[in-house]
Amino acid sequence: MTTYQEFIQQNEDRDGVRFSWNLWPSSRLEATRLVVPVSCLFTPLKERPDLPPVQYEPVLCSRANCKAVLNPLCQVDFRAKVWACNFCFQRNPFPPSYAGISEVNQPAELMPQFSTIEYIVQRGPQTPLIFLYVVDTCLEEEDLQALKGSLQMSLSLLPPNALVGLITFGRMVQVHELSCEGIAKSYVFRGTKDLTSKQIQEMLGLMKPAATGPQGRPVAPQDAAASCRFLQPIHRVDMNLTDLLGELQRDPWPVPQGKRPLRSTGVALSVAVGLLEGTFPNTGARVMLFVGGPPTQGPGMVVGDELKIPIRSWHDIQKDNARHLKKATKFYEALGNRSAANGHSIDIYACALDQTGLLEMKCLSNLTGGHIVMGDSFNTSLFTQTFQGVFSKDHNGDFRMAFGGVLEIKTSRELKVCGAIGPCVSLNSKGPYVSENEMGIGGTNQWKMCSLTPSSTLGIYLEVVNQHNAPIPQGGRGAIQFVTQYQHSNTQKRIRVTTITRNWADAQSQIQHIESSFDQEAAAVLMARLGVFRAESEEGPDVLRWLDRQLIRLFMFHLRRSPFLQVFNNSPDESSYYRHHFTRQDLTQSLIMIQPILYSYSFHGPPEPVLLDSSSILPDRILLMDTFFQLVIYNGETIAQWQKAGYQEMPEYQNFKQLLKAPQDDANDILETRFPMPRYINTEHGGSQARFLLSKVNPSQTHNNLYAWGQESGAPILTDDVSLQVFMDHLKKLAVSSSA
Amino acid sequence: MNVNQHTPMAPPYGQPQPSYGQPGYGQPTYAPLDSGYPAPYAPHNGPASAYHPGIPPQAPPPSSQPPTSHYSAQPQPSYSQSHPPASSAPSQLPPSSAPAGSQQYYPSSAPPSQQPISSLPPTSQQRFVSPGQPQHTFPPSSTSYAGPAPPPTQPASTPVTQTQPPFHPHQPPFSSAPGGQPPAFTTGPPPPAQGSFPPQAPPPSSQPGSFPPPSSVSSGQYPSSMPPPQQPPQSQPPTYHPGPPPPQAQMPPTSIGQSNHQPPGPQGPPSPTGPLQQPPLQQGMQTGAFGQPRSPQPGYGGPYQGQPNYGAPAPTPQAQKRLDPDAIPSPQASDMPPVQKSRHRIDPDAIPSPIQVIEDDKAKTTEPFTTGVRGQAPPLVTTNFQVKDQGNASPRFVRCTAYNMPCTADMAKQSQVPLAAVIKPLAILPPDETPPYLVDHGEGGPIRCNRCKAYMCPYMQFIEGGRRFQCSFCSCVTEVPPHYFQHLDHTGRRVDCYDRPELSLGSYEFLATVDYCKNNKIPQPPAYIFLIDVSYNAVKSGLVSIICQELKSLLDHLPRENPEMDSVIRVGFVTYNKVLHFYNVKSSLAQPQMLVVSDVSDMFVPLLDGFLVNVNDSRQVIESLLDQIPEMFADTRETETVFGPVIQAGLEALKAADCAGKLFVFHTSLPIAEAPGKLKNREDKKLIGTDKEKSLFQPQAGFYNNLAKECVTQGCCVDLFLFPNQYVDVATLGVVPVSTGGSVYKYTYFQAESDQERFLNDLRRDVQKPVGFDAVMRVRTSTGIRATDFFGSFFMNNTTDVELAGLDCDKAITVEFKHDDKLSEETGALMQCAVLYTSCSGQRRLRIHNMAVNCCSQLADLYRNCETDTIINFLSKYAFRGVLNNPTKAVRDTLVNQCAQILACYRKNCASPSSAGQLILPECMKLLPVYLNCVLKSDVLLPGADVSLDDRAYLRQLISCMDVAETHVFFYPRLLPLVKLESGALPVAVRDSEERLSKGGVYLLETGLHLFLWVGASVQQELLLNIFGTPSFGQIDSSMTSLPVLENPISQRLREIIDSFRAQRSRYMKLILVKQEDRAELMFKHFLVEDKSASGGASYVDFLCHMHKEIRQLLS
Repeated sequence: MTTYQEFIQQNEDRDGVRFSWNLWPSSRLEATRLVVPVSCLFTPLKERPDLPPVQYEPVLCSRANCKAVLNPLCQVDFRAKVWACNFCFQRNPFPPSYAGISEVNQPAELMPQFSTIEYIVQRGPQTPLIFLYVVDTCLEEEDLQALKGSLQMSLSLLPPNALVGLITFGRMVQVHELSCEGIAKSYVFRGTKDLTSKQIQEMLGLMKPAATGPQGRPVAPQDAAASCRFLQPIHRVDMNLTDLLGELQRDPWPVPQGKRPLRSTGVALSVAVGLLEGTFPNTGARVMLFVGGPPTQGPGMVVGDELKIPIRSWHDIQKDNARHLKKATKFYEALGNRSAANGHSIDIYACALDQTGLLEMKCLSNLTGGHIVMGDSFNTSLFTQTFQGVFSKDHNGDFRMAFGGVLEIKTSRELKVCGAIGPCVSLNSKGPYVSENEMGIGGTNQWKMCSLTPSSTLGIYLEVVNQHNAPIPQGGRGAIQFVTQYQHSNTQKRIRVTTITRNWADAQSQIQHIESSFDQEAAAVLMARLGVFRAESEEGPDVLRWLDRQLIRLFMFHLRRSPFLQVFNNSPDESSYYRHHFTRQDLTQSLIMIQPILYSYSFHGPPEPVLLDSSSILPDRILLMDTFFQLVIYNGETIAQWQKAGYQEMPEYQNFKQLLKAPQDDANDILETRFPMPRYINTEHGGSQARFLLSKVNPSQTHNNLYAWGQESGAPILTDDVSLQVFMDHLKKLAVSSSA
Repeated sequence: MNVNQHTPMAPPYGQPQPSYGQPGYGQPTYAPLDSGYPAPYAPHNGPASAYHPGIPPQAPPPSSQPPTSHYSAQPQPSYSQSHPPASSAPSQLPPSSAPAGSQQYYPSSAPPSQQPISSLPPTSQQRFVSPGQPQHTFPPSSTSYAGPAPPPTQPASTPVTQTQPPFHPHQPPFSSAPGGQPPAFTTGPPPPAQGSFPPQAPPPSSQPGSFPPPSSVSSGQYPSSMPPPQQPPQSQPPTYHPGPPPPQAQMPPTSIGQSNHQPPGPQGPPSPTGPLQQPPLQQGMQTGAFGQPRSPQPGYGGPYQGQPNYGAPAPTPQAQKRLDPDAIPSPQASDMPPVQKSRHRIDPDAIPSPIQVIEDDKAKTTEPFTTGVRGQAPPLVTTNFQVKDQGNASPRFVRCTAYNMPCTADMAKQSQVPLAAVIKPLAILPPDETPPYLVDHGEGGPIRCNRCKAYMCPYMQFIEGGRRFQCSFCSCVTEVPPHYFQHLDHTGRRVDCYDRPELSLGSYEFLATVDYCKNNKIPQPPAYIFLIDVSYNAVKSGLVSIICQELKSLLDHLPRENPEMDSVIRVGFVTYNKVLHFYNVKSSLAQPQMLVVSDVSDMFVPLLDGFLVNVNDSRQVIESLLDQIPEMFADTRETETVFGPVIQAGLEALKAADCAGKLFVFHTSLPIAEAPGKLKNREDKKLIGTDKEKSLFQPQAGFYNNLAKECVTQGCCVDLFLFPNQYVDVATLGVVPVSTGGSVYKYTYFQAESDQERFLNDLRRDVQKPVGFDAVMRVRTSTGIRATDFFGSFFMNNTTDVELAGLDCDKAITVEFKHDDKLSEETGALMQCAVLYTSCSGQRRLRIHNMAVNCCSQLADLYRNCETDTIINFLSKYAFRGVLNNPTKAVRDTLVNQCAQILACYRKNCASPSSAGQLILPECMKLLPVYLNCVLKSDVLLPGADVSLDDRAYLRQLISCMDVAETHVFFYPRLLPLVKLESGALPVAVRDSEERLSKGGVYLLETGLHLFLWVGASVQQELLLNIFGTPSFGQIDSSMTSLPVLENPISQRLREIIDSFRAQRSRYMKLILVKQEDRAELMFKHFLVEDKSASGGASYVDFLCHMHKEIRQLLS
């Protein structure tokens, strides 16, 4: 087992890939019997500080429908200067530049340790990054000020040549012109009218380059960027933009009693997408949407402005009572697809106490690889730090973000690609590698990820297509090549190629081996992704049933209870938010999401992980729970009393002070590294915020069984949910009966 | 109309005397003249010859009877020609009545001019002899015109030949001017005409017999030389014009078009370039005339060749109607060459002179006019007088056509005198008169009659000791509210009568309560929004900078109630071309913000806060904005504009701010950019004269009508300043301003240097003038009459409420009344005009004007107490509205008809018996013909070729809201000889005729829209020095728009006069310098309305003859 764990870890570190099975069953029949499909979690841009990119172009297989990249698995005839593609077996001559290769002088891509390699290619003009802020002005004054501050701050983080644009909206949508002196100028759109991309461009005067619009002033012809008055290099408009943001006012239209402010989010996004579409198609760009409430008018409206009609809940949705849902979703999907087609990603920063329509808008980010951040207010560190996190930089000082990624998967002929689940859209590339059996976003072996971070992770689902009666020769290996082209945040075009291989195994004869190659964690996450993917498109109970059917043999207790599948107690927005992150985070983070981690701090010893169980809640412990989205510090009853008594202030109780501080320090470490920043909750026994903890732990003790079990330890949870014990008992019963 | 009714009555003269006796006039006088300038006129004859057809026949008669004899013969004051015995006239008139109003003018011969006048004073009546002569006589007269030489000879052929030769020589000069065209006039026709002539002649004669031609001759006044030829051949009436074969050949197509239209005038001149060019012809002629002929008579410009055209149409239709073939001539007459006309003219001094009437009225008015006496006609609008309100509204607020209203509908119908009032509710009073008092009746609001809702006024009768009052409009009795109770004195009047304006004055204001407000909410102060076109044309002409510069200072002069306080009016700014730019000028901003709205298809206002601001609060930001606008668009290359969305934008802004207000739109071009209200260029001069002509006055699409309606609902008044370089479709663009009580200003070919002053003055006045918003006007009348029709700039949703989004101090509304029952002489007829409006400070008020007039059961009383200026105001508005739905020609016919009936009715019912040949006019209406002729000749009804469709539409709209003083001077311009300037009083004006211009003089002509300074060619050096600072005529710069400031009494006085003229008018008049014989003189001559106009309008004399003929036909 250890060997496999090491192998898995090593593979993950090097290639950013985790397979559910690390030995592959050699036939379709056997593969299906394994229930969990051959699949992997793949992190295309996994940070590899130790991997310097090479400065040349990859060598491609010359077969037209293959085009696989030369890799260490290829057979090379150094003498003839030819190589054989390990996917299609085509023999290819090396290009002239490889004339000098030999066994001792091999290019990097042939060395086994370079199973992942990154190329820098010089193709086409390098276009600067584009950041288009789309800002809701229907905010509370406090929120708006905070948001303005964050935005101004972000300007200083942008590279000087980055293009920035600003769209504000409320009842109307304003596209600000940034290059003008004196009078601040903006184009205004009505918030209720759905405009086509062409109309938008016409109205912005973008149809005829230069000399259009009321300001016929000749524009500096140096670069294409200057031709668009709405997107300007930050170094040129820094002052203007800072002032502009500074003068930004709340939407002036009066909001009558009992109404929501009219918020034209839909049109604002439509304009943003149209603007970029018309000016910088297929260029790396982020549309950053900041909203403080739901869209209340025009296309994409989620709820009317009557406060007496609450925003849709899961209950409404199940009752088919959400009248704007379908229309709005359709609108945002169309917008997301358009944006994705142009390679622009859309971030949503939604800060409000009520829902903001993420359910409807989520596809914008999901399809384009944008972030979704949900908070209570822009005036919280959760938002400000998360927002800063967007602009975090790697060890080279480059943004941890990449644009316009295209992932292509090539497989050896025994395998086909069923689909992918993650922040991507299909490029509809049908090739020999594509399975007819779709899982996730299928029907293609190429996906587009408009925006990527080093942690963006796709679930890739494969299918063994080898027939049982055509056994693979002993020692045969399957290979998969991931080719990721993207625009680096320093505007370079890069290609990262990861080629991995696994052995085939005959399920009948080597079932033990296959079993031992099983990666439980990866499988759990991959299956969870499938579940979430289905949950997005199907009714909740159906998914649970499917999951139970599929996974009855798996340990999925927490997943069943997680917000990814359960909508109880979560608003539709929260569900969307959680699911959004679940389908893009890497394995470790995903696991945390499925099964929160619980640490216990006490005077009895160093912090120790404890069971996520109500029995862990003890009076003299401090608990730290990390659910990915929340970070809860829970002081046990006694601790809390001590704290209230102020012992930590007394010199003789320094140790108590340290005990209190320990979980906070740990929490801070997590807070600093995690994106998005989790909600940080510091609570205590009996505190109202304790519910965050109580809702997660296994209800081994509830009001139903509390007295039956005696009071030795732990805290009762008031719930009707079954406890893990019950679940396991039930599971065992089922397992026995079904196998019988 | 009812014309026909009368005709039967007058059988006696009817046929025998085709009314044309006129030809007879003036001959003696002119004879000499003619001789004087054989050459110049000769040409005319040529053309004339063309139409000679008519003449030839006439010729014989003339010879037989010397016209002159007639005149001289006429011994008596009423020197009707004896021929048709006076007896023939329907003698009905009671003597008393006759004296009252009528005057008979005698077209005396040479000396006549004085004669009539002298005769006048003695007898109130003046008989107008002119036409009186039997037809026989007529011909002679015609001959007389024909020109000195030829006429006498008369053989058609001969005259022609003679004339022609001379003519040709002249032509060259003309042709050059008009573009070879003039020939059309003379040359063209001559050759063909001549050739054809003989042949043609016969045909005409054939028509009605010999007569027609004569008649035509008589009318011969009609200038059109060309048409005549044709006419004859064709059926006399209308047809002639269109056809004129000869003319066609020579004349450009346009001329033809015109000819169709206006049979008379257009022919010659118009064809080339338009009326203007015609003038050149005239000039040529004139000059000739001046030079030689004048010498004998310095007084008048030489013979005026002007073509006499009265409503060209008029003649024709009538001709048709008549049974009598003889009548026909009139139309043909128009065809007659101008030359001839001039010849045979009646002495202009013998016919009623507007100047004389005006001066007489001035002389008569020495006391302030008190309004207490019911049915008393006020002094003329041209007279300066003071008004004392003693219970009826001042004539500055209300003027009526008749101060003795007929008691019954039958009478009214019979007389055809329009019963109307011209109301100018917010008129500004001179400083020495008190503006209406403001009355507050407390929370209950103004006290009103329970039934008809009339407001408390001096006519209410308090009864039962003052506990109730009886409404004098509807007789309903209403309780007096306790707080308003007051005891009565022994005469039954309230004791506090004189303490309360509403009980003692004709005009006053009530403070309205919240019940009178829209949505029962006290209104917000109004807002002014400036919407500035910043397309290429506007920027290039300098317009944008001028506006922005001016606005900076202008904003300090927004209207306010209390001069001490700052105005509460808020302002907003928008610029636009194909898209709209709104500006946020909130006071808290360091710099204005521009908000561009490109979505013009679905207009909205992009901001709320900061768009409409208080000037003082946001002064810095506004000034910064106004400084930057011209710069921002300095390099614009956008030429397309929108218009509908611009108004929508303003409207939406007012809606958003929930207030009324005014939009100032500065616009340059036809809105062709894709947007609602987009227009296409539909300028098509071919339609002029056709039945489709009316479509040119109608808006292109319903869009603007709907928009106007919305504007009115919101109380959004639109003032439109147009700066077109080409057709902009004023007819359509003007819809919203006209419907919202706004104004349209038009500066064609705007040039910063020359037009800036006029524009800025207009703008200043427009921005500063007192104005009310969201107004509703209701006219209540005593039982028996009813306000049935309204004319002006407003919108009506129902038949009684006149809705005015805005109502400023210059806007007048003409209201027509009709009987629905009998009136009694005792009570008279009462009317109460109530205007509910929001003042510029946002106060809701009611302005009440009360007017009581007498009622009469005798027609003579009616005719004795009329006001011609007001009648003309009504008739012109009526006619100008008529062209929207009727062929222009029909409108002119109707006008002429109605006037003929008015006068015929008088003649038949009121005048003392006299010869049928006499033209007898009521004293009060003796100017009706001359003024009516001016209306008929206006550019709207009879456009010259160079009058654009836009001009016509513009004038049409403009007239619709003019008051009486404005229409008066517009139709009959004021022509001042600049003599004896040193003295304080204004010189006495002279009549609008070229004859009155002395080559050695300088004249100032004012129309309310234009101001000309005409300088004679041989003016004294000293005068030139004093006025222009240059001794030489040649050195005067005719492009100057203001006079040099010279330190001498003449210069000072002249500038004072000009300034005072400008101050009197609601629009600034640009000074145009016209040097005699200069090209600009063409334009100037257009305003000499007593002369034949280049576009074919008849001269006064000719029209009078024509009118006489019409009357006689009605009587016969």
